[in-house]
Amino acid sequence: MKTILHILKSHYENRPEEIALYLQQAGHDDMVISVKELLTRAVGAQQMLEEYNINPGEVVMLVFQHGESLIYSYFGTILHGAIPSLMPYLTEKLQPERYRAELKALIEITQPAAILTYAAFEAEVRASLMDGDSVRAVIVAEDLRLGGEPIFDLERRKPEDIFLLQHSSGTTGLQKGIALSHRSVLNQINIYADVLHISKDDVIVSWLPLYHDMGLIAGYLLPLLHGIPLVLMSPFDWVRAPYRLMHAISQYKGTLVWLPNFAYNFCAQKTRGRHMENVDLSSLRAVINCSEPMQHESHELFFNAFNQYGFNKSALATCYAMAENTFAVTQGGIDGLFMVEKVDRVSLQIDRIAKPVIGEEPFVYMVSAGKPIPNTSVKILDNQGNALSDRFIGEIALQSDCMLTEYYHRPDITEKSFIDGWFLTGDYGYLLDGELFITGRKKDMIIVGGKNIYPQDLERLAFDVPGVHPGRVVAFGIFSNQIGTEQVVIVAETDTNDENEKTRIAQEIRMIVAQGSAIVLRKVYIVKKGWIIKTSSGKTARSYNRDKFIKESSFKMD
Amino acid sequence: MKDTIILQLEEKITTDILMQPGLILDIHQPLISSGLIDSFSLVDIALFVEDTYGVQIDDTELNADTFDSLIELAELILSRME
Repeated sequence: MKTILHILKSHYENRPEEIALYLQQAGHDDMVISVKELLTRAVGAQQMLEEYNINPGEVVMLVFQHGESLIYSYFGTILHGAIPSLMPYLTEKLQPERYRAELKALIEITQPAAILTYAAFEAEVRASLMDGDSVRAVIVAEDLRLGGEPIFDLERRKPEDIFLLQHSSGTTGLQKGIALSHRSVLNQINIYADVLHISKDDVIVSWLPLYHDMGLIAGYLLPLLHGIPLVLMSPFDWVRAPYRLMHAISQYKGTLVWLPNFAYNFCAQKTRGRHMENVDLSSLRAVINCSEPMQHESHELFFNAFNQYGFNKSALATCYAMAENTFAVTQGGIDGLFMVEKVDRVSLQIDRIAKPVIGEEPFVYMVSAGKPIPNTSVKILDNQGNALSDRFIGEIALQSDCMLTEYYHRPDITEKSFIDGWFLTGDYGYLLDGELFITGRKKDMIIVGGKNIYPQDLERLAFDVPGVHPGRVVAFGIFSNQIGTEQVVIVAETDTNDENEKTRIAQEIRMIVAQGSAIVLRKVYIVKKGWIIKTSSGKTARSYNRDKFIKESSFKMD
Repeated sequence: MKDTIILQLEEKITTDILMQPGLILDIHQPLISSGLIDSFSLVDIALFVEDTYGVQIDDTELNADTFDSLIELAELILSRME
């Protein structure tokens, strides 16, 4: 069994002049980076880690925006045998104090030995350090040398050693750093590349952030470790001009793209004809919908918008993935079309059985996420942990050889996540003829634009608004068909009857949540004390409150 | 002219972006740097400005340095309409 270092050595020796990636940045020419350049520049970061006596197996935190520094530092950390952990960069709207609190939380849980960032951001990073913490070096990218000949010390890492850490943002998400071994990542990449029939003719195009599993694995490590070109653009640039994705596909003859569901709507709705002159999307063989609930309607929107530019319907593909399984659990739409069926809505929601709809009954389109990839087994469990048969909805459980080693430094959470060697995903779904359909989730997490949001983080922010009853806030998501993702609603209790005061509270909740989490709330609903339903143990019952809100406010999500 | 543009921008932003029709925005209130408008909505503003006033705002300009408030956006539009 090999480690990632064996793979990099082989690329460096056998295909040094081949293109590793095209790095795009709006307003600049694309950078073309060869395998040799990627790895020799990475040596600059590795040498610095060496000089600061950072040991293999220690965590190195990287705080960068999209760009060269991020890429070279990431691979320098790998060459050194240290464990890279990416922290999202501070965006202009996040309050620095909130960001600092997150940085502190991440330092506490991952115990990094070093932090790499920009010179301009060094003071911000140092402000999050505390006496006696684990950080022995803050290294700035501007000090890195241009690199040199890489030395691949293959003994440095063993296959079972931790290769990388991956986190969701937010205080709660940071507590669950997912530790993946060299073996797990390589198993996933090898099997997934097989499932996708990846060949040397493939080109992956991605705008996804690297601190997200889909961006990090599918849109970064898969192409770079498997040895096919990557076109990498900034999420910041894509969100301001979604047509840039189409231009990149056309220019580089992109074949594989991963998108969260909302991006199908976003690309279709925000791209105009004038943006698409001379754009040809016929090179695409799979646009893979992953990381939030997949909507048949979103696929239709995307197809109708881009078919005239050469996009083929057969390129629509689906996937169910989670960082705990490194990435992909299932894949659909590669060898033939994935299943889409009309399912009886009442039976689905009340009886928890997915029956094909009969006659004129109300129905929902269920989109198959495809079949489990060959190294991953999936079963559906009822509340007692018994396996369910086809069409019965239960919790999805996994077993694979690409599973997380642990939630980093959290043996308590790790242990609770497994039952008899099966990982409990917290997602609900059903199987049909070997294909997996996702129907919802057990956990309270909200997914906005593919990004995992923990409601308790938003609630905690709202607690700080004067006039809000301490502890009496509930946040939940409601799916919007128009946008193709969930939108967040907050209900907060207050004692006041003054309408102006209520408006002020709602406005302040919006602001504090936007600045503390980068989430724009769809609706803030201010209610009297006692409105929020709690369970007998005093916990907030979010799904009950969500139902109560929808009923009482006649709120209609478009 | 400027006042009309400000009113139109305000209506667009409060109704379609903030989902709070009727909300009154201060013309100097920071919209982008404050986090009031999220990055997913910036492209909506650019498309609205283009469709309504025939003025192009490049995507590389969609940040608080180019405009942050209603008045700054209205002035930017006017300066490019000439």
